[in-house]
Amino acid sequence: MTENDTQIGSWQPCVIEEIVQQTPSIKSFFLRLSKPFAHIAGQHVDVRLTAPDGYSAMRSYSVASSTNSSPIIELAIERLPDGEVSSFFHDVAAIGDEIELRGPLGGHFLWPEPAVDAILLIGAGSGLAPLMAMIRQRRATSPAVPTALLLSARTAEDVLFSKELHSNEISDAAFVLALAITREKPIRASDFGRRIDGEMVQEVVARLHRKPTQIFVCGSNGFVNIATDGALLAGLDPSIIKTERYGG
Amino acid sequence: MVTRGFTGRGSGGDNSNRIPPGQHLADNFPVLSAGPTPSVETSDWKFTVKIGPKPVKVWNWNEFNALPKTKVTKDIHCVTSWSKLDTIWEGVLIEDILADAGLDQPTGFVLAHGYDGYSTNVPLADLLSGKAMVALKYAGKPLPRDHGGPARLLVPHLYFWKSAKWVNALQFTARDEPGFWESRGYHIYGDPWREQRYTND
Repeated sequence: MTENDTQIGSWQPCVIEEIVQQTPSIKSFFLRLSKPFAHIAGQHVDVRLTAPDGYSAMRSYSVASSTNSSPIIELAIERLPDGEVSSFFHDVAAIGDEIELRGPLGGHFLWPEPAVDAILLIGAGSGLAPLMAMIRQRRATSPAVPTALLLSARTAEDVLFSKELHSNEISDAAFVLALAITREKPIRASDFGRRIDGEMVQEVVARLHRKPTQIFVCGSNGFVNIATDGALLAGLDPSIIKTERYGG
Repeated sequence: MVTRGFTGRGSGGDNSNRIPPGQHLADNFPVLSAGPTPSVETSDWKFTVKIGPKPVKVWNWNEFNALPKTKVTKDIHCVTSWSKLDTIWEGVLIEDILADAGLDQPTGFVLAHGYDGYSTNVPLADLLSGKAMVALKYAGKPLPRDHGGPARLLVPHLYFWKSAKWVNALQFTARDEPGFWESRGYHIYGDPWREQRYTND
């Protein structure tokens, strides 16, 4: 797969339409684009903040919304300790503010279109954002594709998009949701009360009833290493694993 | 466009002239890669120089480590916007590798390949004159696996995706052939001082 034709927009102003506190550390920002674009689930945008003295700070955020005709995209931004840009979003940004952004960007960590075979998604924390875009895009365009999400979070209240994920699980027989809750006892019998390991990946793959042909893993580098080691221990092929690591 | 209420952390004080536009200083050393981290033992490690499809010379770990070593201290810049100053590397300069292979300048372009299937293109001129090496040590210690160990390419004057991790081959090509990220929306050359992040920058 090559994506030579990836369209890369120039910087554009957009307006914060809505802010939603999703978990204690993650807020969703709904941004109205002045030059709307169609993105592929998994892509990111670069966001640029500029100070009065001309100093600017740039960070990349995955788009959590799926492509639709709306000019509004959703970013799920986690407050990082000492985060120059994330703390601006959490403490200063308000509805109506203008932010500069460019995108869509990235030509590797992409939901396959058309998707036909089973897909495994593994994420942690705000690393769910690009995977959520995939889950939403799948729902819109390829709902029959067997898809499992193995999501790690410290506690139940740290699970981003929890309500939507649970309602997808109930309404969609081809969608498997498994939570790995690391700091408290999981509520549901189908969830796990430990960090991701090979046995857990194997069990989630078994719930898919067929071997995934693509695996997407997103989270911190430490998490991605644990999750990909788990996938390899579960006998999955390293060449089908795509990773997105943040911390940069 | 000034962002309401944003003052920022400042551009790095005395070091601001060392930080390219749009970059910020990282306190740690972030790790980014497109797939699982490969595990390569030095006993299995091999490094090949090729012209097109044809291997010219292959070194094993001991043979490669017998080549002249060079230490450098460089600033590095990742396209995801972090920069890190004064990073210390030790390895074999590309001109020393080519000299050992008995090569001068077979073509003007190189594709670097990694054990993970990654590739990235760099013009030969950007690999010579002490500008680039195959790095074997970082901060005085064997290069950790997460950072591309046992060996990675180091081309610090270009965005860091050009510094291919787990490097196992340099291939001379007739034309400038885009590598992995260069085929996926990223800039063919990647100069951080000209902010060449994406294809049309």
